[in-house]
Order: sequence, then structure tokens, then C-alpha cells
Amino acid sequence: MPRVTLVEGINLALARALADDPDVVVIGEDVGLNGGVFRATVGLQQRFGKLRVQDTPLAEGLIAGMSIGMASQGLKVVAEIQFMGFLYPALDQIANHMARLRNRTRGRLTCPVVIRMPHGGGIHAPEHHSESLEVLLCHHAGLRVVCPGTPAAAYGLLLAAIREPDPVLFLEPTRLYRLAKQDILDDGVALPLDRAQLLQQGDDVTLVSWGAMLHETRQAAERLAQEKIGCELIDLTSLSPIDWDCILESVAHTGRLVIVHEAARTAGLGAEIAATVAERALHDLLAPVQRVTGYDTVMPYFAMERTYIPGVARIVEAVRNSMKG
Amino acid sequence: MKTVAEFAIGREQLLDASGAPTGPLPAFAGDPEQLLAMYRMMVLCRLFDTKAVNLQRTGKLGTYAPCTGHEATHVGVAAAMRAEDVAVPVYREYGTLLWRGVTMTEILTYWAGDERGNDFAASREDFPWCVPIGSQSPHAAGIAMAFKVRGQPRCAVCYIGDGGTSQGAFHEAVNLAGAQCLPVVYVIVNNGWAISVPAREQTAAQTFAQKGLGNGVPGVQVDGNDVLGVRKVMEEALARARAGDGPTVVEAVTYRLSDHTTADDASRYRPAGELEAAWKLEPLLRTRAFLEARGLWDETRETQLRAECATRIEAAVRGYQGRAPAGTDAMFDHLYANPPAALEQQKAIARRFGGGEPH
Repeated sequence: MPRVTLVEGINLALARALADDPDVVVIGEDVGLNGGVFRATVGLQQRFGKLRVQDTPLAEGLIAGMSIGMASQGLKVVAEIQFMGFLYPALDQIANHMARLRNRTRGRLTCPVVIRMPHGGGIHAPEHHSESLEVLLCHHAGLRVVCPGTPAAAYGLLLAAIREPDPVLFLEPTRLYRLAKQDILDDGVALPLDRAQLLQQGDDVTLVSWGAMLHETRQAAERLAQEKIGCELIDLTSLSPIDWDCILESVAHTGRLVIVHEAARTAGLGAEIAATVAERALHDLLAPVQRVTGYDTVMPYFAMERTYIPGVARIVEAVRNSMKG
Repeated sequence: MKTVAEFAIGREQLLDASGAPTGPLPAFAGDPEQLLAMYRMMVLCRLFDTKAVNLQRTGKLGTYAPCTGHEATHVGVAAAMRAEDVAVPVYREYGTLLWRGVTMTEILTYWAGDERGNDFAASREDFPWCVPIGSQSPHAAGIAMAFKVRGQPRCAVCYIGDGGTSQGAFHEAVNLAGAQCLPVVYVIVNNGWAISVPAREQTAAQTFAQKGLGNGVPGVQVDGNDVLGVRKVMEEALARARAGDGPTVVEAVTYRLSDHTTADDASRYRPAGELEAAWKLEPLLRTRAFLEARGLWDETRETQLRAECATRIEAAVRGYQGRAPAGTDAMFDHLYANPPAALEQQKAIARRFGGGEPH
């Protein structure tokens, strides 16, 4: 059983998918000989050839657009956008065509595409390399948005995404790429999509987070445990659709909810979660829902990125406030 | 300074505006059946278009994009394609998709506001109409890439307008097609106008055919009102693509004899006299004159054809008007192969409130 990082888990899943299914094609900028700027595709072109692991021209809109044409012919395209900040040129294709092709042809043409991209900051990267733009994707019907939090989740969910007959946007937490290792079985078994993961049980407060923020959220839960505050920790994992049953069940148990995300606060995914819990479980709540999020600022250049990204202390304070409610 | 690269754009024309051949004709022009099939389709398109505009004017169709004037281009392109090729249209290339088996009922269903019109029963792999300008270009490159990956001798044909070539997506796609030597042909239908902006204001380029050159893709211009010329140029481009020799950009120069859509009024911006002059060059007249000169056509056959077309068009109108409404579930049922659970709740609400308030 290999002990791998999250980015190595992605590489294993891609290799497995390419080996198992001749229709799988990997495309993107520098994904070939270079193996991708984070090395997620390292070794794949050497093993599977230049037609199945393709370097594309440097144009994100093209990468998304050509994926649609390829997928309409039955190929299963796994495209890489090098950083989430470069998603914007691809959004036209994703929103206008990839998300809609099945619907507007009444199922005649479909888009089995996975678009992988690094998500979030914290790695001292240049400007535009540290964005958390999940809500831009979650707003569109026809897409799924997944954000794995562990090497095993990255492996199993990427396989599931590639096998899904519709587009999946696969957000890879940049900060977690090499943070931790985990034993995973490279057995080709996919994990179910559309599900959140209950990472830790607790009685006092539900913490919902995803991606790299799970790291700080977990640390906050450990600190709060020393204060005898029991945190139930949910890795949302599926950002669209959201696994409401998992959240509502936990809130029914704890009566308190704190949502932690790196993306900006206003109209962030936390707002959607808070609103739905208010609609469906207001009477379960013992305290107002708290959100711990990035600020409504531009994601700063790296000198200030740790000011922007919610830290453990902010999460701990929000939970303590929730306990007072 | 020495010259390190040189380029030229050729122009093809086989029939002049009077229908007289400008020189020797290609082999297909010796086959009366093929000539007549192309002319019949051009006439059907013209009559269908006229009917569709009338349906819109009488409130029976939504905004409609007419094709009058483009028939030679649309039919010439289709006649050069093989059934197994894939067409990637904009939104007015009825001559191409009708030739490929899309029905008039499907086209009318679409413009009546119903996505079922995109579920082509016959040409299952052709792309649906594309509204965001230029955004279809990378789809065609991707389709061609799939053919290359699988080693299939098939081609993609992508339409774009003169205005559409200003979009980055077009250049990104042509660049990829060139770099990867993809089996795709980009057909720029230069009809003179992008809604109200004339082609000469769209770009400083002398021709639209040269829009491929900067991306290493050869270009050729053809008289888009000359169905024989269009077909010949397309046959050559498709043969090149099929042989693995890469993409071509074809500029078909024609004229939009209609408004941009039924929501447009070209009299606001089109100079007086231009339309009248363009009608003298339109494609049906010269094709008919050519056929008559060869003894393949006469007034009796014309009258008979028009009557047949009218009957078919009336049947198509009955087809879309007689179609039962899709029902509210249709809004939800085609979003995903495996729909998320939460959508079911919204579907139930839509069912309860039905088709909404009249407006």
C-alpha cells in the first residue's frame, strides 16, 4: 500500500484511469513531459503517449472549449487549469456550454469532462495564483464541484469524477498537495460523489469546512477539545451539490454551526449553508450560525496572504462565540 | 531585410453572377443529380426562411435568424461533407443541417423556444445552434482532436461569421488546429455585416481568409454565392484534412439579404442601394441560370419544386405547432445523468406552479 501525498494520489488516480479506459485523455498546459507545475501528471505522457497526455496551447478558454468537443465524441477528458485564478477565461465555455450541452440537446450530446485546478492560497505564489473561486462554479446547474481534503479522497473522488458522465470541477487544495501522507490502496475503487465526510464526532458544535481550511479547522477543534468543547467536524467535499443530510443531521445533534472557508465572505458558499440551515433547521439551533471566511478583499499578494486566510485563532473565537449563544 | 515568410490568399469562383462558368468545372458538376440536389435544397431553404420570418411576424415563432442569401454557402459546404463528418453551426446554417438530415420541424421547434429542437433525430453528432458568438470554435477543434486521438478519417466543419472572427476563441481554436494538424475546416461566412457593424470596420485585414495565416493555417476565399465554387473549395479542404494535412480557413463571401434577426431592422444602418445591388448577385438566380443553360431546369420544374417545398414546409409547421408542450419536468430532467437529490424538491415546486403566470 503506497504512502502518498495528495498530489501523488491524484497522479495515481490519473494513471489508473488512463490504464483502465482508452477513452481517458489528459490535457493541459505543461502536463506532458514537465508533468504539470505541481507534478500531478508526472510520468503520464512517457507512459501513455502524446495523444493521451497532451500539452495544449496556453489558453484556458481553449482548454475548456476543446474538452467539450472531445467529450461530445465520447472521450473522457481530464483537463488541468494551472491555477484557479486562471479559471476566468474558461468560465465562458464552462458556463455557456459545458454545463448546458446535455440540457440544451436534451441528452443527445454530453460532456464527461473533469477540470482539475489548484484551489486557494498559502504557498507564497505570484498574484492570481491563490484564488478560491468555488462559488463561480457552484452557481451553475449542470456542474459538480468537488474539493478533496485528503490523499485518499483525492484518489477515490478523482476516479469517480472521471467516471461521471457529466462535468466535474475538481478543486485541489494547493496547500495540502504535499502537507501530509496517507496510505492508500491503488485499487481503482472510486468514492461516492455528492457526499460530505464526517471526520470527527462531537456533541457541542458542528464545524463545516473544505479544502485546505480543514487543516486549520482541525487544529481549532483540537484546541477547543482542551476546553471541553466537543467539535463535530464535517469535510464538505462536495461543494455542488451539497450533502444537506450530513449537515442537518449534525446540526440536529450539536445545535451549533460554524462554517469555515477561505473564499471571500459575501455570497460565499457559507452563506448558502447558513441560509439553508436557517430554512430547514432553525429550531435545532441554540446559537446564531457563525462564518469564518476570507475577507471581502482581493486575495492579497503573498506577503499578506496569512492575514487573509482564516487562522486557528479566528475559528476558535467563532466557536467560543457560538457556545455563548 | 530579407523575407522569411510569404503568404497569399487565392479566390475561387466557378460561376459568375449570370450563372456562366468561369472556366473548367470539377467532376461533380458533370453529375446532374448532384447539381439538382443542391439547387433543390437552396430553393427549400429560401422558402423555409420566408415562412419562418412570417411565422415570427405573426407571433408563432420567437426571434429567428434568417438565412436568405447564404444558401449557396450552406449547401455547398454540406454537399462537400461526408455523413460521418461533424458540423458545428452558428445559428443560421439551415442549408447545411437540413442537408445532413436535421428537419424543418426541429429547426422551428428550436426557434419556438424549445430545446427539443436541438435533439436532432438524424445527425446525432452535429452540434446544436450556438448563440454566444465564436464560442463554438474550440468545440470543432476538440471534435477534430477526438478524430485524431482515435485515428478516424473524419472531419469537423465549423461555421463562424465575419464578426465572430474578432473573438479570441476563434483564434485560440484555429491556432490549436494548426499546431496539432487537426482535421477541421473553419468556414467564415462573410455576409458583410455583424448586426450593424460592416465587415470593413470589423478588421483591418484585407480578407477574412487570412485570419488563419497568423496561426499557420492556410486560407482561401470563395464567392459564397457560387455553390459550385464553395463545394469545390470545401472538397479540397476536407480532402486535405482527411489526409492528415491539417486545417483550412475558408472565407465564403456572401451577403445577408435579410435583417440580422427578426428583432433587427437593417434599414437603420445599411446604406441605401447596397441591398438592391446585393440582390443582383444572390445565389439562386445564377444556379438556376446555370442549370437551365445545361437543359436541366425550366419553369415547369421550378413551379413543381416550389409547390413540393410549400407542402413540406406546411407539414413541418404543423409538426412543431402540434407538438405537446414539454412540461415543467423537462427543465430539470436533462441537467445531469445522475441528478442531485436537492433538484427533486425544486422540480416538485415547478410542477405545483406549472407553466407560471401569463404575461
